[in-house]
Amino acid sequence: MVEHLQADGEEPCVTLDAFLEQSNATAVRLESDEDARALIPHLDRLSLIEVAFPKFRDGRGYSSARILREAGYTGELRAQGDVLVDQIAYMKRCGFDSFAPEKDLNPADVEAALSRWPEHYQGAADGAVPIWKLRHG
Amino acid sequence: MYKYDEYDQQMVDARVAEFADQVKRRLAGEITEDQFKPLRLMNGLYLQLHAYMLRVAVPYGTLDSRQMRMLAHIARKYDRDYGHFTTRQNIQYNWIKLEDAPAILADLASVEMHAIQTSGNCIRNISSDQWAGAAADELTDPRPWAELLRQWSSFHPEFSYLPRKFKIAVIAAEEDRAAMRLHDIGIQIVEKDGVHGAAFYVGGGMGRTPMIAPLIKDFVPLDDLLSYTEACLRVYNRYGRRDNIYKARIKILIHELGADEYRRQVEEEFAHVKSLGVDPPKAEFDRIAAQFAMPPLDASASDEIDRSDPDFAVWVDQNVAAHKVPGHAIVNISLKPLGGIPGDANSAQIDLMADLAERYSHDELRVTHAQNIVLPHVRKADLLAIWQALDAADLATPNLDLISDIIACPGLDYCSLANARSIPVAQKIAQRFADPARQRDLGELKLKISGCINACGHHHAGHIGILGVDRKGTENYQLLLGGSGAEDVSLGTITGPGFDEDGIVDAIERVTDKYLSERTDGERFVDTYRRVGMAPFKEAIYG
Repeated sequence: MVEHLQADGEEPCVTLDAFLEQSNATAVRLESDEDARALIPHLDRLSLIEVAFPKFRDGRGYSSARILREAGYTGELRAQGDVLVDQIAYMKRCGFDSFAPEKDLNPADVEAALSRWPEHYQGAADGAVPIWKLRHG
Repeated sequence: MYKYDEYDQQMVDARVAEFADQVKRRLAGEITEDQFKPLRLMNGLYLQLHAYMLRVAVPYGTLDSRQMRMLAHIARKYDRDYGHFTTRQNIQYNWIKLEDAPAILADLASVEMHAIQTSGNCIRNISSDQWAGAAADELTDPRPWAELLRQWSSFHPEFSYLPRKFKIAVIAAEEDRAAMRLHDIGIQIVEKDGVHGAAFYVGGGMGRTPMIAPLIKDFVPLDDLLSYTEACLRVYNRYGRRDNIYKARIKILIHELGADEYRRQVEEEFAHVKSLGVDPPKAEFDRIAAQFAMPPLDASASDEIDRSDPDFAVWVDQNVAAHKVPGHAIVNISLKPLGGIPGDANSAQIDLMADLAERYSHDELRVTHAQNIVLPHVRKADLLAIWQALDAADLATPNLDLISDIIACPGLDYCSLANARSIPVAQKIAQRFADPARQRDLGELKLKISGCINACGHHHAGHIGILGVDRKGTENYQLLLGGSGAEDVSLGTITGPGFDEDGIVDAIERVTDKYLSERTDGERFVDTYRRVGMAPFKEAIYG
């Protein structure tokens, strides 16, 4: 279910400032206090956006991810940092499709966490059909 | 009232399985307490002074007799035979073992209940008017909107790691019985040109920096209610402070930005969010609203009440409120008996209230933010029988909204955050004013006690508020006057230097004596205070 793993030798992410200043970089890292909307004019030339989770309690990255997906970004969206198994399902719903946790996760726990919720109450960025829509066809 | 369908049940069942797995990993040492803490908190499990405390959600305070009996069962089987009803219309149990928590959640799930999001930095249980669907003065029943919000906010993937906890209240009457403007978002269903919409008040709260929520939007079309809420939350999630836990609530963000700038950002976000299809169709609202339909009440039932028993008559006058259907009434059961612990009920009392609801109130009960219980749909002809049954169980104290109907937090007797005890102070005040005639003479007087600055006992919103603090290792109590959590919302002002436990009781008596000597006809305590100001009271207290 984890579609991408961080590959050795991939292009390193540049900072948001560096990316906006010049750069033909195709990979950028967004810190938790940086505005995801600054990337919106450039989404078509990005293939990787890495969103930082300095602490698992810092939930700004969830909004960043949704904003990027809602703006049409289709490249890799990676959650990096204090990424724990119990947050992964929410991250995936917000549009993350790749995870670079600081501490390795047990793949079986990840699988269990991602398959736990058969349906969802609300729409998000994962294309899941919300329960209210299932109720009314 | 709302009944789960297979989707709702499956969500709660999945949560039970998830939490059982998390507890197992914690007990096996696979996750640290630091990692476990946010997970248990999202299931309402706190580590208190002596044991774990489990907070069970009672969505918008509504429950049926089967659910109420389950609360009694949990008290008997897993706790010390009692539970504590809270200011957020929930119930909490103070003596829970971690290893029992998964079984308790499974028991709750069997009656369509849960402890989801009763703590943690997420959207908490949605609260509402305890008389919703019954009150003579309401525009409409606010609970269908509260239920829509409950579903939308449950396991919300974007808003489960907010800067801080987030509380939403929904009302639909001019009289505010839910302290709506002291919530992170207070929603009032209003009418304009014959159409219903939602007024959004955002950024209220108590705690160490109490604030009254400013009006952010006077009329949100109901079709936009969820997307407008989502926009309010997204701005907060992105820009709420995360550097200081004491400045992380949305009230601080709005205070720092100003209501106008926050509104501008929300409107901008809303313009975008509205395109995402967040709001369910009217058919979904109608499906939910149908389940809150008024039960079949006989509008030709007699309006007569046999008042020949004087004690019964006193209780009727104090604890029974007007119902929208003739021949019917709303019964308020006080959980504030003389010498008792505000909001506590034992399993036998909880079972009895369930029985009465089943027999006399179309199987419905409510929990109030003032820590009492309501039977919302009662025939006036049945009031005497209800009163007799309540009286036999020490549940007929006729003190609704009087000085002994005290809101109190658990305080230092239970809570790891508290600086001072709340319960003994509440008990001493109730004893001092034990004479029912004296209480009635004082009239409506909302007294609220918090054992620390976090204000769980709503002291800022008390006509008389008490704040327990730690002063050089001794419990000290500050006195506040003039607060209100109702439609005349205001924040109390500290009188001056604090008191010890007995001193605070004396000070309150001097305050109420002053009120009696100053009041004019029909003035409540808070009205007199607002008219004459702090000075005469200060003079009476400190000389």
